[in-house]
Amino acid sequence: MGNERFLNFAIKYGFLILLAGLVIFFSLSTNGFGSARSAVFILQSVAITGILALGVTCTLVVDGFDLSIGSVATSSLMLSAYAMVVLELSAGSAILLCLLMGAFVGLVNGLLIVKFKVPDLLATLGMMFLLIGLQRIPTQGNSVATGMALPDGSTAEGTFSPAFLWLGRHRMDFFLENLLPVPVVIFLLIAVGIWLFLGFTRQGRLMYAIGSNERAAELVGTPVNRYKIMAYMISGVMASIGGILLAARLGRGDIASGTNLLLDSVAAALIGFAVLGAARPNAFGTAVGALFVGILLQGLTMMNAPYYTQDFVKGAVLVIALVFTFYLSSRRSAGGK
Amino acid sequence: MNEIACKIRGLEKSFGQNHVLRGIDLDLAPGQVTVLMGANGAGKSTLVKVLCGYHRKDAGTLELGGHPYDPTDAADAISNGVVTVHQSIDDGVIPDLDVATNLTLDRLTAPGARLFVRDRQLRQAARKVAEGMGLTMDVRTRVGDLDVADRQMIAIARAMARAPRILVLDEPTSSLSAAEAERLFQLIDRLRAQGVAVLYISHRMSDIRRVADKIVCMRDGAISGIFADAPLDYEGAVSAMLGHAMTDVDIAPQAGTAPILEIEAMRLTADGPKLDFTARDGEVVAVTGLLGSGKTRLAEIIFGLADAPEGTMRIDGKPYAPRHAREAVARGVFMTPKDRRSNAVIPDFDINDNMTLPFLGAFSRLSFLSRRRQRQASDDMIGRIGVVCQGGTDSILTLSGGNQQKVIIGRWLIEPCRVLLLDEPFQGVDIGARRDIGHHIRETARGRATVVFVSEIDEALEIADRIVVLHEGAVAGEHVSGNIDLGLVVAQVSGQATGTAPGQPGTGVGTEGQQHG
Repeated sequence: MGNERFLNFAIKYGFLILLAGLVIFFSLSTNGFGSARSAVFILQSVAITGILALGVTCTLVVDGFDLSIGSVATSSLMLSAYAMVVLELSAGSAILLCLLMGAFVGLVNGLLIVKFKVPDLLATLGMMFLLIGLQRIPTQGNSVATGMALPDGSTAEGTFSPAFLWLGRHRMDFFLENLLPVPVVIFLLIAVGIWLFLGFTRQGRLMYAIGSNERAAELVGTPVNRYKIMAYMISGVMASIGGILLAARLGRGDIASGTNLLLDSVAAALIGFAVLGAARPNAFGTAVGALFVGILLQGLTMMNAPYYTQDFVKGAVLVIALVFTFYLSSRRSAGGK
Repeated sequence: MNEIACKIRGLEKSFGQNHVLRGIDLDLAPGQVTVLMGANGAGKSTLVKVLCGYHRKDAGTLELGGHPYDPTDAADAISNGVVTVHQSIDDGVIPDLDVATNLTLDRLTAPGARLFVRDRQLRQAARKVAEGMGLTMDVRTRVGDLDVADRQMIAIARAMARAPRILVLDEPTSSLSAAEAERLFQLIDRLRAQGVAVLYISHRMSDIRRVADKIVCMRDGAISGIFADAPLDYEGAVSAMLGHAMTDVDIAPQAGTAPILEIEAMRLTADGPKLDFTARDGEVVAVTGLLGSGKTRLAEIIFGLADAPEGTMRIDGKPYAPRHAREAVARGVFMTPKDRRSNAVIPDFDINDNMTLPFLGAFSRLSFLSRRRQRQASDDMIGRIGVVCQGGTDSILTLSGGNQQKVIIGRWLIEPCRVLLLDEPFQGVDIGARRDIGHHIRETARGRATVVFVSEIDEALEIADRIVVLHEGAVAGEHVSGNIDLGLVVAQVSGQATGTAPGQPGTGVGTEGQQHG
């Protein structure tokens, strides 16, 4: 009996306790980890990944999966740069263009899955390849920056507008001067928004119903297809926001950026399953999952762990989280009868 | 029969507390087709699964040709000559390979098989098997491209390649057309002539009439009747299968007032007969019939899940032709589907969320759900319909089948509706919960038309003001609660009294039932 209660406790709070333990450990053993600036640095490092992860969480909720988020983000990065530098559009139009692109890709993903019955992994994998290729075509495989040579021999005269760069580089005052970077604020706002949407609205509840038993959801009159398409559109828009923020931080359309985005954000969303013993995709868990990875990497870096151990650490965290979620939960449901 | 191919004595099997087989005694004779009949949950499938080695028996003895038999797994059963063709055809064939490979697959896995496949030889061997079975297709055809009947034949041919002594066919015609089924029956005739003992599981009367030498009925895990003397007493078999140990039914029949749901000249299938049906305000109508009678199809058509090839529907006099469930719900037609677990329960949700799922809009403001209002409605319904649970936040999976069903039915009673459809609402529901549900449905029946689709006559008697019997897509009879001639109901269910409508003199095959009616 005591054993079972311990198991329940471990499933529910194990991951958060581990997180708190890590924070305390790093604060004690390194210099400067436990400061506000360090916390903000961590948040900044996970903001873009986190936004993508929140998007993919929505597709996981309807029992789908979106592999195209990484390439949507990099496409949005290239598109915003191209729009401002080559087409010389304003910041506002560039952002709007990117958001529309994300929504459109999501719509196509959704239609492929819902109407053409392509399995979600395959549809979004195909979309991923398509976008990786597509984003290189207008610039002939080059990065986009002011002064770059264009195919017709002229040079690109446009620049990243300051308003756009503000998105990636400005820091807001929050207790301390110049503390919070804009991407962190956007990440937190989106996290709260998705959390409210999935957890507390009618639409969110129906999406969970679809993910748990699609047939039953359909038989109570839920427009299942519409909700699934919506989930992929949310995912696409989130990924394009991530790409915009990345472009604003870099200040150029760097063809080689964002290669890790897909795996990192999927990992964050999957780690999120383990938080509070939810055993299902949830926005709070996803945000904590992203933070967890950020804290661990930042702590290890400050303890002088070499950079090439990072992926290994992320992988290990992911595996442990998945054991938490699936093995322990299955033991609980087996023992709880 | 002087010889017995398979002898079963005192066979028992339980799953947890669920005693599924309670001492089965059964003999299968070579060259004879034994039909096993039973309603859902009677234990037919479990019996088959014990025979084919999928489950181990708990008690009792099995003998094959006089030798004890206790298969440890499917391969063991096959090597003992017990071959099973399962209900789902694609379990028996590999759709991506061609006919020849499918027919000779065992040679590929046999010990000593060569590394390289010799296609020409395989094809020759396969052709021989195919000819023996009367199959004419090219053996190089991909099995996935064949029609259902041919695939079924291939599955059986594969089974026959092992020279079985006992062939078990589990509802083999459930996905076959009449012509396709006839080919299967010819094959069964041939096997019978070869001296194979066939155990044929079905509750389709037309099949049974065609193939049966002997009928064994199961009910609640026990044999409830054996009919071996020609001519077979089909009516007796159906009553033994459905059983009507009359429970104390206490119904004050309601005639119903204005018609709500009207169906006119509807064909359930393209070549089926026409059917008329009306359900009135305040009455509970039970639609009953065997598998394949069109019961489920009718429910699906009314709820917008299937299209009727012909015919019109009206609700409150206005035309009604839903294209999907959402439109049906919008018009006030609600349905609790059969197979609760796959069609209705949201396993990840608690009772409150499962209960309020169809009407989340009513519990939210600006899309944001009010947990409090959801809980109030759910608690209220839990109390009214009598769900036994600790509270609305229990996971739905912690409930027993009967209580889960109460939640699933309760979810549609939260809002008023015009037509309430209940498809097999008592599937996997214990007798106590069944009473509660029936009572509650009757109590709330005013203001809507309620149509209950059940295959057990008992259940129909318990809940309905009026019973409509379907047989092969046509209304075979109609009975008003209070003075029901059970013999006639059974006759109509089994198709012995086709062509009679209430009040009309019997025009079809004369049966005893009709004289009473």
